[in-house]
Amino acid sequence: MTTSTPVLFFRERFGLDESSLARTLGIALDGPADAADLFFEYSTRDAVLLEEGIVKSGDRHLSQGVGVRVLAGEKQGYAHSDEIDAESLRVAATTARAIAAGRGSARSIAVRGPAAPSRDLYPVGAAPTEVPVADKVRLLEQIDRYARSRDPRVRDVLASVVCQSRHLLLAASDGSFVADAQPLVRLNVQVIAESPSGRREVARQGGGGRFELGRVLTPAYWQPIVDEAVRLALLNLEAVPCPAGAMDVVLGPGWPGVLLHEAVGHGLEGDFVRKGTSAFAGRLGQRVAAPGVTVVDDGTLPGRRGSLNVDDEGTPTQRTTLIEDGILVGFLQDRLNARLLGVTPTGNGRRESYAHLPMPRMTNTFMLAGSDDPADIVRSVSRGLYAVNFSGGQVDITNGKFVFAASEAYRIEDGRITAPVKGATLIGNGPDVLTRVSRIGFDLALDRGEGTCGKDGQSVPVGVGLPTIRLDGITVGGTER
Amino acid sequence: MIDLDLVRHAVAAAGQAGADAADAIQLCSDSVEARVRGDEIDYVKQARERALGLRAFVRGARGLSTALVSTSDLSHAAIERLAADAVALARATAQDPDAGLPSDGFAEAWPELALLDPQDRELPLETRLEHAREAERAARAVDPRIVNSEGTSVGSSFDSIAVASSAGFEGCYEGAHHSLVSSPVAAENGAMQTDWWMTVARRHCELEDPESVGRRAAERALAQLGARRVPTQRVPVIFEAPAARSVLGNLVACLTGGAVYRKTSFLAGRLGERIGSDAVHVIDDGRRPGGLGSRPFDAEGQATRRTVAVERGELRSYLLDCYSARKLGLRSTGNAARGTGSAPAAAPTNLWLEPGRESLEQLLRDTGRGLLVTGLFGQGFNPVTGDFSRGARGFWIENGERAFPVEEITVAGNLADLLRDVDRVASDLLWLGSLGAPSFRVAQLTVAGSA
Repeated sequence: MTTSTPVLFFRERFGLDESSLARTLGIALDGPADAADLFFEYSTRDAVLLEEGIVKSGDRHLSQGVGVRVLAGEKQGYAHSDEIDAESLRVAATTARAIAAGRGSARSIAVRGPAAPSRDLYPVGAAPTEVPVADKVRLLEQIDRYARSRDPRVRDVLASVVCQSRHLLLAASDGSFVADAQPLVRLNVQVIAESPSGRREVARQGGGGRFELGRVLTPAYWQPIVDEAVRLALLNLEAVPCPAGAMDVVLGPGWPGVLLHEAVGHGLEGDFVRKGTSAFAGRLGQRVAAPGVTVVDDGTLPGRRGSLNVDDEGTPTQRTTLIEDGILVGFLQDRLNARLLGVTPTGNGRRESYAHLPMPRMTNTFMLAGSDDPADIVRSVSRGLYAVNFSGGQVDITNGKFVFAASEAYRIEDGRITAPVKGATLIGNGPDVLTRVSRIGFDLALDRGEGTCGKDGQSVPVGVGLPTIRLDGITVGGTER
Repeated sequence: MIDLDLVRHAVAAAGQAGADAADAIQLCSDSVEARVRGDEIDYVKQARERALGLRAFVRGARGLSTALVSTSDLSHAAIERLAADAVALARATAQDPDAGLPSDGFAEAWPELALLDPQDRELPLETRLEHAREAERAARAVDPRIVNSEGTSVGSSFDSIAVASSAGFEGCYEGAHHSLVSSPVAAENGAMQTDWWMTVARRHCELEDPESVGRRAAERALAQLGARRVPTQRVPVIFEAPAARSVLGNLVACLTGGAVYRKTSFLAGRLGERIGSDAVHVIDDGRRPGGLGSRPFDAEGQATRRTVAVERGELRSYLLDCYSARKLGLRSTGNAARGTGSAPAAAPTNLWLEPGRESLEQLLRDTGRGLLVTGLFGQGFNPVTGDFSRGARGFWIENGERAFPVEEITVAGNLADLLRDVDRVASDLLWLGSLGAPSFRVAQLTVAGSA
């Protein structure tokens, strides 16, 4: 491949070529600055939303802009603009330089010919945003009818399909020049159920990834998601109050991997590590999890929501082992923190858009499978909680405390799964929680492509995964003794 | 300075493309943001953002069908393409008898709301950076155990908003936001704790002094050192103002029109009923001078106003935009909010829980034994049922005093029960942004911890 399509996209639309990029980088980079980079983005997002049985709205949003960054020591100067033309580029580069490094004279930069990412993790024929809106409307109408047909207690269905096509082009003062086109689709289904006695409950399910919308349009894809949302809403109608206090907890496979994301993942991001504000800082080589626990972050899984050909600094993504057999072995790095820590970037420099500075972020984070039979793991608990779905979590990086809320959980009594419980929250300490892993199942699963991670006000799509595991003595925040 | 040209052009372009009604909003923002750690700059970011959102309606036999489009390319050609897209999209969606623009209730004249001080545009970046350094120094000066920080961030943005509607409304206004947030790290015996304090205002002169922000943040982080769990039990719980704000945020989600008409709020259908104790008095006021949520008109051009949502425990009003109001057979309360890329939806403007007369210390003394919650985290709240279970930190109260810090615990219950059991409200109303709350006490809640 010589010139990739995404590069041509920016050349044709905005006249961006090697010489204009080199000129802007030259303005940005002066004497004391270490590096400069340019990030161009053109992104289209559309959404179709159904509720109360009708498609109430169609949305289409166009966002374009450029961010210019200048790095000097630990300092970053950043200027962005939603106009992409010679004058805006000059102003942004001058501003970024002035705020990062004071004044100096322009240096000459050579930008090498464009590189296409060396692989394509998400080849699509038609961009999801180019699929006719009528197809999306039909999908949502089918979902609504199907969900209502499953059970008379289904009162309302909220469904949406969101498609995104993000084109980006990066050029940096080290000469690197790369472009990518990133498709993203997501289906959201929310079911509201009401019991004959008037009790109401809601359940949400979703799925998606970096692939063609055609896949989502097939019943084989969306029906299991709708089935699951209906099942959960009905289950919640029967749920009883959750027990409170410390107990053994079994986490089911897949989405409960959000535990890894919150409890350890954020604390292993290079910015917190470099600044010494993470509870994991300085613990490389130490035991942070039980033997047998191996956790990786992998941005190279084809078609996954958290995957990227290159990160938002142009570094190819990779598989990074964070914890190996219980020992902390790796951190997640962007370029700035890698340089300051004297290590190699891991392809985890991500940003929400051109309006944001990149920082170390996770991609797809999961624990590798063990050898235990999941059924045996549940049988091993005499009194505890079996948690299989979560609505979200949060962590305090510095003291390591995390919390996450279960949306599907059951009591375990004498090794048997019994009553569904509502409102279960798990709370614990990141550097401690994985030392409590006593059993690891052979059933590793990744989530269905519905994760979004927030950090410093920036949202990025991520993935998680987990086999069934048992955690000994975790605090469960319920209401009952 | 913004003008009405682009929003007028967008509404006209929608009409030419075949829309039967349309409204447009344009947001322009110039901002600067920086973070300092110790004496060193982490980053400085300067931005200029311009975006336009257009909502178009097409009439059919059973009502209007709707589309929403937005762009950050503001050329006339781009807007005309977008208007055509919007009409095509609207034709693909369903007709909804409740969709449409408001036909009356538009803001006519608006009061001076003190949303901006023109002098603040001249504030040099260096001054803001120096304020951040002052907060960092003040935090470290409190105690040698303040060893690090996640930094102090300062930010200023100058925003202008223009709205035009084919129903005849047009208007624009400007506002500013200034903030300073400090997050120091305290360490002792290998354990670290952090907390934050912040100040945010429309006019720079109204910000809390940076030194005071740094000091308070440091004191909060230090006080948390040595925190431990307490056993699982039911006790009286006092929510200190910052945590009380978080509880109020959960309540707000149940008062907004979208959740009410979808019946995904436990308060749906309960207008006029008692939902809390006499001490619960919740007000929304879009025209509070200098308020962070103040605006002369809402995203649909409706006049903003004061709405008593809960009066002495009785649910008096929801917060509504036009669509949710029509769905509920009520009138908009001027609470429509939207970005350029989102449809108007009801949201609070400036909303607060009315303070009582006594001090937090008085509440602690009268409580004797219980839990003081200083911070809540996690999203464990279900608006449909009101059930909540949230991570908490704070202090164990013994003999009416803070005995020791606690962490890694949860407080759980049901928001309906909590509102009924609010028995004391303190006088320490704390505004952080557009949401304000004083500390309050709940008679009994389940605290989950060790054992």
